[in-house]
Amino acid sequence: MSEEILKVENVSMKFNLSKEKVDSVKEYMIKFFRRELKYNEFWALKNVSFSLNKGDRLGILGLNGAGKSTLLKVIAGVFKPTEGSVERHGVLAPMIELGAGFDMQYTGKENIYLYGAVLGYSKKFLDERIDEIIEFSELGDFIDVPLKNYSSGMKARLGFSIATVVNPDILILDEVLSVGDAKFRKKSEKKIMDMFASGVTVLFVSHSMEQIKKICNKAIILQKGQLVAAGDVDEVAAKYAEMIK
Amino acid sequence: MKMVKEKFWDYRFLLMELIKKGIKLKYRRSYLGILWSLLEPILTTIVLTIVFGTLFGRGDDRTFPVYILSGRLLFSYFSTSTTAALKSIRANQSMIKKVYVPKYLYPLSAILFNFIIFLISLVVIAGTMMLFDVKPTWYLLQIVVPLLNLLILTVGAGMIMATVGVFFRDMEYLWNVCTMLIMYASAIFYDAATILKSDYAIMLKANPLYCIIMNFRQAIFGQAMDGKMLAYSTVFAVLSVIVGAVLFHKKENEFILHI
Repeated sequence: MSEEILKVENVSMKFNLSKEKVDSVKEYMIKFFRRELKYNEFWALKNVSFSLNKGDRLGILGLNGAGKSTLLKVIAGVFKPTEGSVERHGVLAPMIELGAGFDMQYTGKENIYLYGAVLGYSKKFLDERIDEIIEFSELGDFIDVPLKNYSSGMKARLGFSIATVVNPDILILDEVLSVGDAKFRKKSEKKIMDMFASGVTVLFVSHSMEQIKKICNKAIILQKGQLVAAGDVDEVAAKYAEMIK
Repeated sequence: MKMVKEKFWDYRFLLMELIKKGIKLKYRRSYLGILWSLLEPILTTIVLTIVFGTLFGRGDDRTFPVYILSGRLLFSYFSTSTTAALKSIRANQSMIKKVYVPKYLYPLSAILFNFIIFLISLVVIAGTMMLFDVKPTWYLLQIVVPLLNLLILTVGAGMIMATVGVFFRDMEYLWNVCTMLIMYASAIFYDAATILKSDYAIMLKANPLYCIIMNFRQAIFGQAMDGKMLAYSTVFAVLSVIVGAVLFHKKENEFILHI
């Protein structure tokens, strides 16, 4: 099966780092007329291209600030690339920031519907799977308690349970999934592994070379926003080990 | 365009959830709950009637409370919704930074959930009409037109404000002043007739919100709508939606760099 599922083409992402933040009308006008509106351009990504076939598991390596998270957010659609394009097919499950969209005043159950809607699930789907989500999260009676009374581990467990209830075609994982206590971590790892087994395409960011080698079959290295190496995981990992020496 | 429509359809459930969240959370943990959306206009109308009806004359006009209430309800819907839309992008920044969701859902859901609360609060008008012997007539059916007009105007103004609010944080305070100005130019608690006869009539006539309030009152008090004002406010509202949609669409990809 070599069906292309994700294609990232010449993606560049530019940020304007204003020297001072101009966010008032008065300041803007003054600066505009004095021609003092300066921006520091910063390219977080520069001409990044790669493509993945169905079932590929890509490890993304790079130092802090190399553009890994930006790349993931571009693929997830949070950022629109300044240049280039991202083409993707199928359902995408971004496990980037679990629980983005949770409302602290809402109860766990209400948040399942809210966050589910954010992730693009339908109401029918959530109605069918809600018991499964609650059971997996192991929250029990806490499911009817407002989220502000949850511990951070409980929130993370709920986020994970909602995000993984789908069978995605593309799975985005940022860093290790250290969710909840040891017991839940085991369970969540198993769930992820099951997903891998079902032939999901994975994008995985980690600083742990071991994990990348264990999970991925392909890898890329980002350095200052540029793609410096791509290919088979072992080759790229060796190169990376050389780089960080 | 087709893509926009498809996307909207895909995200209708999220829009519903956001609207539901707005309504649910507005009155959560308050003892009277949704009753507040009825009680609050009643209380302010009593205050305004005492101040402008009794203290400043007009005590003879029994229907004055209905007049005040109809203006106040429409205005306060406009001002709360546009202010909520103005803040909506910043208020949801943690979400916008992390997951992809069409961004217009934030201002739109704020405007729509306030509209539902506003519709509920219209019950108060019915009550006040009965209390002060304003007999409903067939003309009452017309209120659908100004209500729809109001919604469209609010969506337009809200989209514009939502976009501007991202780039200029002080727009919040500026808009506060603007809405106050609009309030005084909407003839909420004074008799519009005297001003309409004076040289300052343009102040009211140029205000689309006044035109809407005026036609709403015509329906309440059993008169035909003013065609010219209706045409003006409708054109204004539709134009504002077009401007708002274009502006929002052009700038939405930059939002994330500014919040």
